[in-house]
Amino acid sequence: MTNIALELVNITKKFAHAETNSVTGVSLTINEGDFVTILGTSGSGKTTLLKMVNRIYESTSGDIFFYGENIKKLKVEDYRRKIGYVIQQIGLFPHMTVEQNIATVPKILHWNKEKINARVDELLKLVGLGDEHYKKRYPKQLSGGQQQRIGLARAMAADPQLMLMDEPFGAIDAITRQNLQDELINIQKKLNKTILFVTHDINEAFKLGDKIIIMDKGEVQQFDTPYNILFHPANDFVKQLIETENIINRLKVLRVENFVQPLTQPTKLADGVIHNDKFLDDVLAKFFETGKKRLVVIDDQEEPIGEISWDQFIQLKKIQDNVVRLDVQKKNIRRVNDHD
Amino acid sequence: MIHLMLDYLSKNFNVYLNALLTHIGISLIVMLIGIVIAIPFGVVCAKYVKLSESILGLFNLLRLIPSLAVLIVLMPVLGTGLVPAVIALTFLAFPAILINTCIGFTGINPSVIEAAKGMGMSKQRILFTIEFPLAFPMIITGIRTAAVEVIASATLAAYIGSGGLGDLIIIGLSLPSTAILLVGGLSVAILSIITDVILSITQKRLTKFI
Repeated sequence: MTNIALELVNITKKFAHAETNSVTGVSLTINEGDFVTILGTSGSGKTTLLKMVNRIYESTSGDIFFYGENIKKLKVEDYRRKIGYVIQQIGLFPHMTVEQNIATVPKILHWNKEKINARVDELLKLVGLGDEHYKKRYPKQLSGGQQQRIGLARAMAADPQLMLMDEPFGAIDAITRQNLQDELINIQKKLNKTILFVTHDINEAFKLGDKIIIMDKGEVQQFDTPYNILFHPANDFVKQLIETENIINRLKVLRVENFVQPLTQPTKLADGVIHNDKFLDDVLAKFFETGKKRLVVIDDQEEPIGEISWDQFIQLKKIQDNVVRLDVQKKNIRRVNDHD
Repeated sequence: MIHLMLDYLSKNFNVYLNALLTHIGISLIVMLIGIVIAIPFGVVCAKYVKLSESILGLFNLLRLIPSLAVLIVLMPVLGTGLVPAVIALTFLAFPAILINTCIGFTGINPSVIEAAKGMGMSKQRILFTIEFPLAFPMIITGIRTAAVEVIASATLAAYIGSGGLGDLIIIGLSLPSTAILLVGGLSVAILSIITDVILSITQKRLTKFI
């Protein structure tokens, strides 16, 4: 049975001088080990929701439970030390070296020197900055991408049970962002952390999330797997959101593992195989390359774990057709309105 | 002229040394008191934005009052001698340190503080391990400004009987003796420069992260 890492019950936030709620009545449950992305435009309440989880903002009403404990009953500093926090502006301490930055929480927790040093080395290797000379550098001597890697390492220093990430790659150039996304996926697979990740980038949300929370006007519009969001959008808002991307772009961010179907016939590897950590555009390419209508999905040990079929793509195509039709309708409506 | 100055120094070395040490002593005491009082006020000022405007305004105004005027105005209240001189000079040291402390704190990137909070650092820990070190370059700039101002104004404090290098200048003016005047004046100038250099080295050492 999976543990429940986080449970939000009817969470509402209204800021002191605001006229409307920033977040209204959010209830949801996040399991241990889930990588959940929160997707929404600015003003949708996604960041506010995230910041209520580590009590940077206090909720106006409702309760949040962290492994069953109401977070309002926990001492806020102790509670936050169990949570890794990464923000878009990174917020490294400019007067401390990379090493000192990463060691911040372990030092507060009174780890001994050897343990801290070992942990710093381990984390730097994990985020791809394993070279010895990085340790003694100051943040301003690093590029934006490198700084955010350190931000990530610092957040993970005391092995937190939960990671909160607020558009961490938002200010980083496109190529570096892709690398960081890929590495974050790897890190999450390796360490099985529970991650809540805020983004306004639909591709990022789909690429990273095992599940996606779609927010608008302070309310959750849909909380589901990328697959279900694409194939069973809960309402018009979600429909419109996923329609804004063309189909090839969407395939690029959908992971094969979310689309694996049980094997329908005995496997013949000659049928063509695809790794489960690949994306759907790779699958499409494979279909064209091999001319097959069915690919066997294999895992890291090269063991077959299921299949993925051409028919599933036809379904995607159907959605795309609907989109086009909807777009035409919308344009017609607009045209009619313009004439008024 | 240099010959005359050296002649005066060799004959009155004890008087000179006494004046120099008194001058340094007064300046040090004033700076210590100023730092101890002005920095906490500066921090408070940065934390409470509403307060800060009025406090900063008040001290910017105080800054405009000439040092001699402060000394003379305070004389009827505090009398003459070392203690009133120290008190008057502390008023002069105050604004630069306070204002710069306040600016140093408010200038810290808020995302750094948010990250620190998010990591579970207590307010106290954030204050001492994050905010103070980051505000330090500004604070020490304030201290430098104040120190130069205090060393210069301590000369004037001789008028209300505090002693120090100002005594030499007064003597030089009243005799009149250009040599004595120059010994006093140059000593003050050199003292100011040395102080500034020392503080600037300290500043560079402690702020290599910028």
